[in-house]
Amino acid sequence: MDDHRAKIVHRRILYLVPLAFLIVFFFHPLLAILRVSLFPEGQLALEALGELVTRPYYAGTVWFTTWQAALSTLLTLLLGLPGAYLFGRFRFPGKQLLKALTTIPFVMPTVVVGAAFRALLGPHGRLNTLLQALLGLDAPPIQMERTIWLILLAHVFYNYTVVIRIVGGYWANLSRHTEEAAAVLGANRRQAFWHVTLPALAPALLAAALLIFLFTFTSFGVILILGGPGFSTLETEIYRQAVVFLKFPVAAALSVLQIAFTYLIMLAYTHFQRRIAVPLRFQSQRQTLRRPSTGRERLLVALNVAFMLVLLVTPLLALVERSFAGAGGRFTLDYYAELPINRRGSVLHVPPLQVVGNSVRYALGTMVLATALGTLSAWQLTSPSPRVARRPQGGSRWTRWLDSLVMLPLGVSAVTLGFGYIVALGRLRTSPFLIPLAHTLIAFPFVVRSILPVLRGIHPNLREAAAMLGASPDRVWLEIDLPIVGRALLVGAVFSFTISMGEFGATSFIARPGGSSTTLPIAINRFLGQPGALNFGQAVALSTILMCVCAVGFLFIERFRYGEIGEF
Amino acid sequence: MRKKLLALALWALALLASCGPKEPAVVRLMSHDSFGVSEEVLQAFEEEHGITVQLLPSGDTGAALNQAILSKDDPLADVFFGVDNTFLSRALEAGIFEPYDAPSVEKVPEQFRLDPENRLLPVDYGDVCLNYDKAWFAEHDQAPPSSLEDLTRPEYAGLLVVENPATSSPGLAFLLATIGRFGTDGYLDYWAELRSNRVLVTDGWEEAYWGQFSAASDGDRPIVVSYASSPPAEVYFSEEALTEAPTAAVLADETCFRQIEFVGILAGAEHRDAAEKLVDFMLSRQFQEDIPLQMFVFPVNPDAQLPDVFVRYAEIPSQPATVDPAAIEANRERWIEDWTTTVLR
Repeated sequence: MDDHRAKIVHRRILYLVPLAFLIVFFFHPLLAILRVSLFPEGQLALEALGELVTRPYYAGTVWFTTWQAALSTLLTLLLGLPGAYLFGRFRFPGKQLLKALTTIPFVMPTVVVGAAFRALLGPHGRLNTLLQALLGLDAPPIQMERTIWLILLAHVFYNYTVVIRIVGGYWANLSRHTEEAAAVLGANRRQAFWHVTLPALAPALLAAALLIFLFTFTSFGVILILGGPGFSTLETEIYRQAVVFLKFPVAAALSVLQIAFTYLIMLAYTHFQRRIAVPLRFQSQRQTLRRPSTGRERLLVALNVAFMLVLLVTPLLALVERSFAGAGGRFTLDYYAELPINRRGSVLHVPPLQVVGNSVRYALGTMVLATALGTLSAWQLTSPSPRVARRPQGGSRWTRWLDSLVMLPLGVSAVTLGFGYIVALGRLRTSPFLIPLAHTLIAFPFVVRSILPVLRGIHPNLREAAAMLGASPDRVWLEIDLPIVGRALLVGAVFSFTISMGEFGATSFIARPGGSSTTLPIAINRFLGQPGALNFGQAVALSTILMCVCAVGFLFIERFRYGEIGEF
Repeated sequence: MRKKLLALALWALALLASCGPKEPAVVRLMSHDSFGVSEEVLQAFEEEHGITVQLLPSGDTGAALNQAILSKDDPLADVFFGVDNTFLSRALEAGIFEPYDAPSVEKVPEQFRLDPENRLLPVDYGDVCLNYDKAWFAEHDQAPPSSLEDLTRPEYAGLLVVENPATSSPGLAFLLATIGRFGTDGYLDYWAELRSNRVLVTDGWEEAYWGQFSAASDGDRPIVVSYASSPPAEVYFSEEALTEAPTAAVLADETCFRQIEFVGILAGAEHRDAAEKLVDFMLSRQFQEDIPLQMFVFPVNPDAQLPDVFVRYAEIPSQPATVDPAAIEANRERWIEDWTTTVLR
């Protein structure tokens, strides 16, 4: 009995680890910066806050932030769902590579992506030139620059992979039996999809929607660079207020608003999530994936692949091409050759291999930390507490509250958190250790969202059967939960790696360029800061290297197999 | 057990990072991200004085200054470089700098010394000017603009791209140039005319230059707001060896705005002595001569020799538009707001 109690205590302590991490690296700095900003002289800065209410501009910003995020999420889900089906149901040659390619956009710096979009869709871009020649038009037919359409397109481009990986990964473990049973009972394809497949997918769809919504809700680079000054979100407004006008009270109040919204969204999410979760029988991918057999299926796969190539791969190819294009468009390796050369003898020059090494090290560190913390959190969020036994899908009020807390880091502006670190973290604030820690903060909500739908979907019978046969709770976790959740855990690992490789906002506050803290996005940004073809060329060359390193990283992480893990 | 170890390791990591040993001979220099110095020059200073300089580039000017202000009770550094004349009053008001009467500041021309108390000492200056694509103007057989007024004429319609003063420091500088030129009661009318002449606004210099400027991108705007030192940078960082810059700056009177950058010792600096030595060094001829190629701005020390590429390709406007720093601090927000209403809404 004592032993049992000790185990419960141990588990409780373990549960506290993610919470402790959040407190030290999130809530503490956040509260510190909010306190300093909102109470500059020990009193609430009411005067500065007054204009938030009196000026309709801010209400407009909140409204735009919300609807563009909702629309971006909806579009990404709609366009991504066929892709998720492809990855969740079929085997085809080149599948792993395509999957890696679809994830690369996630890490690309916005200035560089903007240049790639312009090379394809701009007034003198490939598509316009082609259409003008074909149709004999005088003016370019596609005029997307500085419109909401370009913002939406970019958001789909960046977040498509979230649908592919989270929904597609979940789909791949859904048993085919239920659909087949529906067909036997006389349901046609559409009925089977609406009444069987879609409800089963709902938890993963909802998780993906939540992540995409939060990402686009806090969108910064896409809005500034592709949307232009006509658009502003809460995130860009916080930056303007804090960094340009140095009006901390207003920036802090906007941050509070942003956090409150995120929390509301989370409450809505947990509410829906509780209603739609159904226990499922998961199957190994060996049983669910097959080659396309009918002509219809082959066409579907081909169309899908073509769509992904056009949407996600052409802009990337345009960048690769640009990195080899010298003056007058001739082929050159100059940009790559220049990377290791420190022609000005600057102390802040970092050789490319070292930059890649830094980025990969931080990304691996982030991956390990985020997966560990994410798994612990997810485990805690699903473990049945005595009062609500047999209802692990829903969870108690406490777990719902905790679930919302875990997601908050995704809804907080990088500027606010960056300044919070400066105020609150003492000596640690200039340490390179802070980089993977800050990345983990953004990455581990992804891990939680990747594995939670699967963990909650595991049929309680399985666990009960194991327990009845004498397995201890730890053993049940190890033998039942972990193998089933393994694939989703890999999805979370890939996301944490990716987030760390591409993160710029928060990193720019803590990375001190030069030496060990220069990451790839930081180095790219540095090149973009000065005129001269060689600088832009090197930025694009480094971006291409970033792409390659990421692709190799994804392929490597996905090859990971341990027992049944990864088979599911 | 294993899990406990993990927790322990996590905490150890945090602790380890937070309590490194204190070295007495370290001076920390906080700056914006555009700061640069050559290894050779910095090393010479470190060896001469037995001081190690730790560099802390901290984002763009506004972000770096904010960090310094927010950490005023527990300073991140001993010396701060990169406050410019648009942020000067704000920085002084925040009370984060201590006076230092560096001996060598006497040599610096009066026009650069904006703080009589010497809390902020001038280091370099650069002019934000219109740049144009030479090839475009040659091809279209058109003269490049020679005044701000030119830009409102029909033949320059749709040619100009500027940065948003609310998010970009050259953008703010150019807005100030128009205020210096047309006064506070005339600049909005000027911008209204620019707007009807289809001026394009981007949020940052990067997007204006690399996204819209015809000489550097797939964009179709042959005039951009950049720096007077951008043409030499185009030559220095060209992909093929060039004998002529592909771009040029418009240097006519009252078309540019001069940014002066300052260095100061932070209040509560741990190593005041070393900090003073570092400031002296930054005003010395050796550091001043290193400035042009590292940061693409001009040294304030008149004795400093310019590098070849600057002598050949860089020009300095003789009469940039000027606005008093105190007026900038008092009106920055209102000017930007009014500009936003006139140009963007």
